[in-house]
Amino acid sequence: MTKEEKVTLQNEVGLHARPASLFVKMASNYTSEIHVRNLSKDTDWINAKSILSVLTLGAEQDHQIEIRTTGEDEEEAITALTSLVKSNFSDH
Amino acid sequence: MDNQNTEKERLFTGIPASPGIAIGQGYLYAQQEVDIPKHKIQNPGKEKGRLEDAITQAKEEIQSLHQKTKKEISSEEAEIFAAHEMMLEDPMLLEKAERAIQENEINAESAWMDAVEDFAEQIENLDDELFSARAADIRDVGKRVLRILMGVQQESARMEEKSIIIARDLTPSDTVLLDKELVLGFCTAEGGPTSHTAILAKALGIPAVVGLGSGILDLPADAPLIIQGYKGKVIAYPRPETTQEYQRKLEETEKRAQLALEKADQPAVTRDDVRVEVVANVGSVEDARAALEYGAEGIGLLRTEFLYLNRSTAPKEEEQETIYKEILEVMGDRPVIVRTLDIGGDKNVPYLDLGEEMNPFLGWRAIRIFLDNSEYFETQLRALLKASPGHDLRIMFPMVSTLEEIRKTKKLIKPIEDDLLASGSEIAKDIQYGIMVEVPSVTILADQFAKEVDFFSIGTNDLTQYTMAAERTNDKVAHLLDPCHPAILRQIDHVIQAAHEAGIWVGLCGEMAGDEEAVPILLGLGLDEFSAAPTLIPRVKEIIRRWTKVDAEKLARKSIRMASAEEVRNAVREHKPQPSNKKT
Repeated sequence: MTKEEKVTLQNEVGLHARPASLFVKMASNYTSEIHVRNLSKDTDWINAKSILSVLTLGAEQDHQIEIRTTGEDEEEAITALTSLVKSNFSDH
Repeated sequence: MDNQNTEKERLFTGIPASPGIAIGQGYLYAQQEVDIPKHKIQNPGKEKGRLEDAITQAKEEIQSLHQKTKKEISSEEAEIFAAHEMMLEDPMLLEKAERAIQENEINAESAWMDAVEDFAEQIENLDDELFSARAADIRDVGKRVLRILMGVQQESARMEEKSIIIARDLTPSDTVLLDKELVLGFCTAEGGPTSHTAILAKALGIPAVVGLGSGILDLPADAPLIIQGYKGKVIAYPRPETTQEYQRKLEETEKRAQLALEKADQPAVTRDDVRVEVVANVGSVEDARAALEYGAEGIGLLRTEFLYLNRSTAPKEEEQETIYKEILEVMGDRPVIVRTLDIGGDKNVPYLDLGEEMNPFLGWRAIRIFLDNSEYFETQLRALLKASPGHDLRIMFPMVSTLEEIRKTKKLIKPIEDDLLASGSEIAKDIQYGIMVEVPSVTILADQFAKEVDFFSIGTNDLTQYTMAAERTNDKVAHLLDPCHPAILRQIDHVIQAAHEAGIWVGLCGEMAGDEEAVPILLGLGLDEFSAAPTLIPRVKEIIRRWTKVDAEKLARKSIRMASAEEVRNAVREHKPQPSNKKT
């Protein structure tokens, strides 16, 4: 069982700086395996709990990324991460 | 290089970054380049253990640097260490290094640095500059762990006596590592007046010259040096006469600074009994505390940008209120002038969608943005009003250029007050509202603006840039930006007169208020309030105490009829002030 979803980065800096940190921190809260890739640059899947790997995606504004979660809390994880991106990484 | 006592005196010229004189030995602060040892190992488990221990220790170091930076420099500077910590916790980095230890049977040092370099290169090669800049952070973190693995001492521990730091440029990681007690000054080959080095030096109150060119790095590590921060000069191998001359200047400065600091708590009263207010420019709670120590009688400029930068959403009302309250409480019943968000097209605030502009300084900035996005403006005003009870809060608006903007702003304030009062919140009585005077349209119509507000605060940095049509960030036109130019002095004169006729007071919160040569002129022009960086306050007060208002007025009248800033400054230097013998 695996969940997959595509989202477009609308915030200005993309997956960088604070947004990247928030994304990785949130991913690290779940036990599921979480991967992400940058569809706009056709990258490989990388581990979403690794800040350095997330930075290597070079995901900028308007890029489309795909998130994949596998594990016990895959449902919650994918919902949380996609809504984080959709909310333009606002804090909560 | 031949290091003999017969070296000739050599002068290096750079950009002044922090004033003051320092005399001492150079200390070449090189980013330590250690050779990474590589060898086969027998026991991968043991190597992994070493690596994990080193990472744990590095994390502790970074956490303490984070705290230290927050305390000694600023929260903004400290943020970088939160990012470093996160990199150390990266599971893929650790996995990559441990796999190399296991499979290739190599030592922790080389496995770790290979993994670090692999990520650094991948990120460096991204074509977006924003991303590639992070590669330096990854390598910084990597070297920290390497140093711990190899048991190499930290750079700071090796500096044993007071020295002048020579470096290419300093990163936040370097600057906090330095033992502040042992640093006499900084000279860097690169960097501009807003580099980390400059910010740090100013915060510590020690001299610094930046942008000296790479020639400075070729000096032998222990070369005798003199820094003259104010002039942007560095002298290597000074002749004995030169050293004596600067030694004397330094002693005088230190004596003056000591005397000034002792009297920092006392008011600034001229020899003919005219008192002016001396307050501080601050940008955080820590700054406000420092300001009190240096004798600030209030805050003349609280910059609120720190609340808005480096984040993806605007700060909420409650968050802002808490911070304003904290600063107001530090200051008690002293006046605190808060400037609403002053941001322009050259800073990145994602949620405001500033866009790219050809001329950010002439573009959509400060109150122009706020009036177009009044929900952000209202949030800041509500937070300020809610924090106000029991304090002398004053609010000022930056980059005003028309009367219409003031009137629109006032129309926003009234309903907020009504709403807060209706919902049972308290608001301090008699909150003063003022404007920054920094656009020539305002100085020209100062009499009309004076009728609309409770006070003026002249922002000479921007007023000078707009008057001289010379951008503040462009080195090539920097020579045009002297606020002592008579074209600026006349505007200040006009603004003060218009304000006093209308019965309102005038402050000045640009660098000029802390400029030793400008202070007597401003005093003579009738300025009511000087707002400068906290460390400059004792000196500003001391200068005011040496003058009579009458003498200062004569100097000011003479200055506004001169033709150049240089002529004005020479006139101030020629005037021999009487020693301060004031009762208080």
